[in-house]
Amino acid sequence: MDALRRGFISLLLANLIAGPAVAQSQKFITVASTTSTEQSGLFKHLLPRFTEKTGIEVKVVALGTGQALDVGRRGDADVVFVHDKAAEEKFVAEGFGVQRHEVMYNDFVIVGPKSDPAKAAGRDVVEALRKIAAAKAPFVSRGDRSGTHAAELRYWKEGSVDVSPVRGEWYKEIGQGMGPALNTAAAQNAYVLTDRGTWLSFKNRGDLTVLVEGDQRLFNQYGVMLVNPARHPHVKVVEGRAFIDWLVSPEGQKAIADYKIEGEQLFFPNAAGAGRS
Amino acid sequence: MLQAFGDAIALLQALDRDVLAIAALSVRVSLLAVTFACLVGLPLGALVAVTAFPGRQAAIAVLNALMGLPAVVVGLVVYLLLSRSGPLGAWGLLFTPTAMVMAQTVLVTPLIAALTRQIVEDADRELGEQLRSLRLGLWRRATTLLYDARFSLVVAILAAFGRAISEVGAVLVVGGNIAGHTRTMTTAISLETQKGDLPLALALGLVLIGIVIAINALASGLRLYAMRAYG
Amino acid sequence: MSTVLPILLEEVVFRPGGRRVIDGLSARIKTPGITALIGPNGAGKSVTLRIIDGLLVPDGGTIRFGDRPPSLVRRAFVFQRPALVRASVAANVALGLSSMRLSSSARRERVRNALERVGLADRADDPARKLSGGEQQRLALARAWVSEPELLLLDEPTANLDPGATEAIERLVAAIAEAGVKVILVSHNLGQVARLSEDVLVVERGRVVEHGPARQVLQTPRSTEARSYIKGELPWTLFAAAS
Repeated sequence: MDALRRGFISLLLANLIAGPAVAQSQKFITVASTTSTEQSGLFKHLLPRFTEKTGIEVKVVALGTGQALDVGRRGDADVVFVHDKAAEEKFVAEGFGVQRHEVMYNDFVIVGPKSDPAKAAGRDVVEALRKIAAAKAPFVSRGDRSGTHAAELRYWKEGSVDVSPVRGEWYKEIGQGMGPALNTAAAQNAYVLTDRGTWLSFKNRGDLTVLVEGDQRLFNQYGVMLVNPARHPHVKVVEGRAFIDWLVSPEGQKAIADYKIEGEQLFFPNAAGAGRS
Repeated sequence: MLQAFGDAIALLQALDRDVLAIAALSVRVSLLAVTFACLVGLPLGALVAVTAFPGRQAAIAVLNALMGLPAVVVGLVVYLLLSRSGPLGAWGLLFTPTAMVMAQTVLVTPLIAALTRQIVEDADRELGEQLRSLRLGLWRRATTLLYDARFSLVVAILAAFGRAISEVGAVLVVGGNIAGHTRTMTTAISLETQKGDLPLALALGLVLIGIVIAINALASGLRLYAMRAYG
Repeated sequence: MSTVLPILLEEVVFRPGGRRVIDGLSARIKTPGITALIGPNGAGKSVTLRIIDGLLVPDGGTIRFGDRPPSLVRRAFVFQRPALVRASVAANVALGLSSMRLSSSARRERVRNALERVGLADRADDPARKLSGGEQQRLALARAWVSEPELLLLDEPTANLDPGATEAIERLVAAIAEAGVKVILVSHNLGQVARLSEDVLVVERGRVVEHGPARQVLQTPRSTEARSYIKGELPWTLFAAAS
């Protein structure tokens, strides 16, 4: 028995001792954000700069915009950094967030098979979706209440295409993040709406290529909000504000503009111009 | 596929400190979870094995069924408990390694308890009459049988460790897959797969399998050595 | 040492699931000394032994140990298979003391004495399961003996052993009885019964069909059942039922 007991105790001790080695610094905030910012590598680029300047560590939980707002609503994050203006304004109006700041935008593109069976290639996103629907060409939708999903549904609506009857036929809702949606589209040679950042850092492209880009309507605005401390008193107001202030500061904006993949800029800072609501 | 394997092996040679830190976190979280699960599951399983009580068969059926608890559901329940809006929100544990340990403990405790119940019951068939004749109390019989069956129990504990370190649902939901903080081998693999970086995902997968094999080999070696000594 | 006696079994009935395994068994077993229970397989000898030990609770009838409450009578049981825990020899003997409050030094002392008495003192730290069959059964005897029982119950203790090991066990059992411990022995080895026991009960279909001094029962059994068992014959009723 002793040998067994000694084994357990030493195991426990080893764990507890090894614990603090990976421990975090005292000052940290939790940011609920989107898969597009995390998976495009933007945070890996930004956060060390912020932490170096302020000593505040940022822990990012990357989800769809809808889930990220939910995490904020429950008080499980200090800051929410997402891209769905309407939902963000509702979040603030309902008292879950303090104030919305616009930070940057990127753009969506429609990618699809190089052969482009629906002849969707061009500049007009709504027209392209109409053609895809007419050709009944396979289309992958995030279907996860993310900002990208919300944008996609807006474009369908503008084009007066009702996708609900064709769910499970050529229109495939996967209920997952951008990466899985791209993986699915690559495997099935389907069309898919994606943010450019995730597309550029995505490595399993298969036969897919960018077909639709440059439409004004494809611009995708990111906003950042402090979770309301009046509702959730544990919210780290000082550190959270510091992060938001840094993002919209000239230094933060420049850091965003500096992030490039294969020479291409992914996110375009627009905090100063767009103003604060 | 072959290409991906080749790339994976090249990546392994360049294993950086990030990957080692992620692997260390995975091992630490799962070992702690299995340790706590043992503290509860071993005595619980042993007591069920040596006690007669009404509804015992039903309790055993439930215990066995709980072995198949879906990790995501466990994650969700622990998430709701630990969320700032949940009953334990004041602890501020969501999105921490502690939360992951808690979720995995819930996940593997039934596994250890159910396997222990079966193993100890088998040992009881051999020794139970003798131990009762020696007038041992319930607790003493349970611990004696646990000790007698310790080599078989190692296998149950290894199964629990394997389940803990390989699951992704619970740690993803309660840990949040935060880089450098709660990112484990499985959530990292899932993330890299989503990013379409299949070679890196595969490389991480190979590391995970390697860890599991190494720990199993170590435990099995110790077990064999001890079995030779104790019969 | 023993003031237990006699052991009185009166109309004991045991019928798990309705099957009458013990069917109105009565006996008066005097102490000290060695009493043997013989009879064909399935007659109820082992069950009787377990009822006397308290492992099984009878459905009817009474068992009395003189005028003392049964729970205060120190009893120990040695089974056909030694049932040892995967631990050291000494740890297995110490199990026999676990229901007693003793200082650890007193515990060690008693374990050492018990092992000396069965000739295993030099094996104290060896794994119990590594001992030979005979040694394992001697260890089981030590584990029973260490608690200083008033009553020792043996269920075919030498059934799996070679003649040398059997002889060693018989010597130990005789010594234990010599020291004043009442021994009840179940055995199919009639030579052993003759060598060890003073009186013999013949059990058949859950009842005592004959009880008398060993020499008399073994040499001139009075009941037909005892006669046929001792001669190694099957009861004729079985054939009648089968044909």
